[in-house]
Amino acid sequence: MMNEPYGPRPGKILNPTRIMVYGVLIVAAIYYLLPLYIMITTSMKGLPEIRMGNIFALPVEVTFAPWAKAWDSACTGLYCEGLKTGFWNSVIITIPSVIVSIAIASVNGYALSNWKFKGSEVFFTILIFGSFIPFQVMLYPLVIVTRELGIFGSLWGIIFIHTIFGMPILTLLFRNYFASLPEELFKAARVDGAGFWGIFFKIMVPMSVPIFVVAVILQITGIWNDFLFGVVFAGTENFPMTVQLNNIVNSKQGVTEYNVNMAATILTGAVPLIVYFLSGKYFVRGIAAGAVKG
Amino acid sequence: MATDARPNTLFRNLNAKLAALPMILCTMLIFVGCSLWTIIYSFTSSKALPVEKFVGFAQYERLFNTSRWVQSVENIMIYGIVALIFSFVVGFILAAFLDQKIRFENTFRTIFLYPFALSFIVTGVVWQWILDPSLGLQETMRNLGWENFTFDLISGKDTVIYALLMAGLWQGTGFVMVLMLAGLRGIDDDIWKAVRIEGIPKWKTYIVVVIPMMRGVLITTLVIVSAGIVKLYDLVVALTNGGPGLSSEVPAKYVYDFMFSRANIGQGLAASTVMLATVFIILIPWIYLEYGNKGKK
Repeated sequence: MMNEPYGPRPGKILNPTRIMVYGVLIVAAIYYLLPLYIMITTSMKGLPEIRMGNIFALPVEVTFAPWAKAWDSACTGLYCEGLKTGFWNSVIITIPSVIVSIAIASVNGYALSNWKFKGSEVFFTILIFGSFIPFQVMLYPLVIVTRELGIFGSLWGIIFIHTIFGMPILTLLFRNYFASLPEELFKAARVDGAGFWGIFFKIMVPMSVPIFVVAVILQITGIWNDFLFGVVFAGTENFPMTVQLNNIVNSKQGVTEYNVNMAATILTGAVPLIVYFLSGKYFVRGIAAGAVKG
Repeated sequence: MATDARPNTLFRNLNAKLAALPMILCTMLIFVGCSLWTIIYSFTSSKALPVEKFVGFAQYERLFNTSRWVQSVENIMIYGIVALIFSFVVGFILAAFLDQKIRFENTFRTIFLYPFALSFIVTGVVWQWILDPSLGLQETMRNLGWENFTFDLISGKDTVIYALLMAGLWQGTGFVMVLMLAGLRGIDDDIWKAVRIEGIPKWKTYIVVVIPMMRGVLITTLVIVSAGIVKLYDLVVALTNGGPGLSSEVPAKYVYDFMFSRANIGQGLAASTVMLATVFIILIPWIYLEYGNKGKK
């Protein structure tokens, strides 16, 4: 994709074109980094310092009180418990959702690439089209479905929803990856008498660690960042972190504490950001998978 | 895949069929079933609960006579057009610059893409603070000496859409750039050698040769980004909550509000059916690309 070998061009000195290229890239990079800088510096200032009205200034007195407040006691309109409940809710939602959705989608992808049956491609095509349907279209019927299943407004409800909406992209990811593995391996295992599950667990899964990593990253960031499904399906006591962040920031009561808001924002963005910075290449692979088809 | 004995096929594939059952149920019951349910019930007079009293196109008539909906559609169209043009132009330029065998390519790419790892809620909240007219960027510039500096996008009825755009583009342009870069890397090096021998300037090569060759990537990116724009919701909730007045309302928010806060399910369903129709129109170029070419080959 983007890891073909290439070396520096021999004997390249800085000419006006290259200065322009670097200039544009650096200006763009500053623009992209500025909000992160403002987030971090604002979260470490006291309110009087913020009222002086210079969002670019470094904090004169560094304080972590806003962070403590954001985590422990910021108010969401009803409760003043901070983000910590939202954080743990997001953890409890994300972990099982990631595991269940990947388990199901990897088996789907395997069946679609190695055990094609009559109609399997039709279902796959519908699934891919399904990924483009705006969630709003399926929102109300899904409320009814989850209510009938008795899981509306519960942890299981939100896990169910994330499994469904993760399925198209994950199935695509696994199907294309399994299809790219050498067919001989599969055939040899068949000759040796290995069955559907035997081949999956003994050959496919061990050979597919990278794509599982990509899938995990894709799902962790996607599910952690979800807002709409959390609001509708998780139930008030399971509200994920994004919902609580929005409630903290946009519950207009009393003085707006910009520093607490920014600390809360960083805390909410921390998990996907850390995942992203630790796994840049895999993250890129995951998001490009939907567009660069095999 | 099954090349050997035929009679076994049905029995052997039973495992595969069982394994694919979640996918089959998901496509048929959820994606197809739920969408059909929504379309059918959008023709009913459902209020707080869905009822089977069919009223024809009454919900749609009401929808397009509601100023909030009309405003929402206008907003998402302005947002969509500007966002597409900007993210494609900037995304392509950044990708083309990154493709010049530059140093620190990975660092630049990491910086351009990190906002995409953040949620729309986080994005909205950050930009709400930056664009805050009383203490944010505007006040900072005034305090730094530009006393007439005006940058109050959020509280103006005509400008609030550009506040959404600033935040949305900051979050999403990196994604477009990455896809474009993947497309650029897919172009054969021989092409570059050939045009260099011909002496065609680089910028011209991009426009005349490279962009037409990237048709596939461009169309796919266009479809993915447009389908994402139609769903725009979280960002609006976090950044403006639709205000001031109705000036930053969007269709997805209309659907949510009518379904869950205003107990007017019929309106919500009709609005979401319009969203579905829009996405189908957006998908046409992609269907053409995917299935039109296969026929020819």
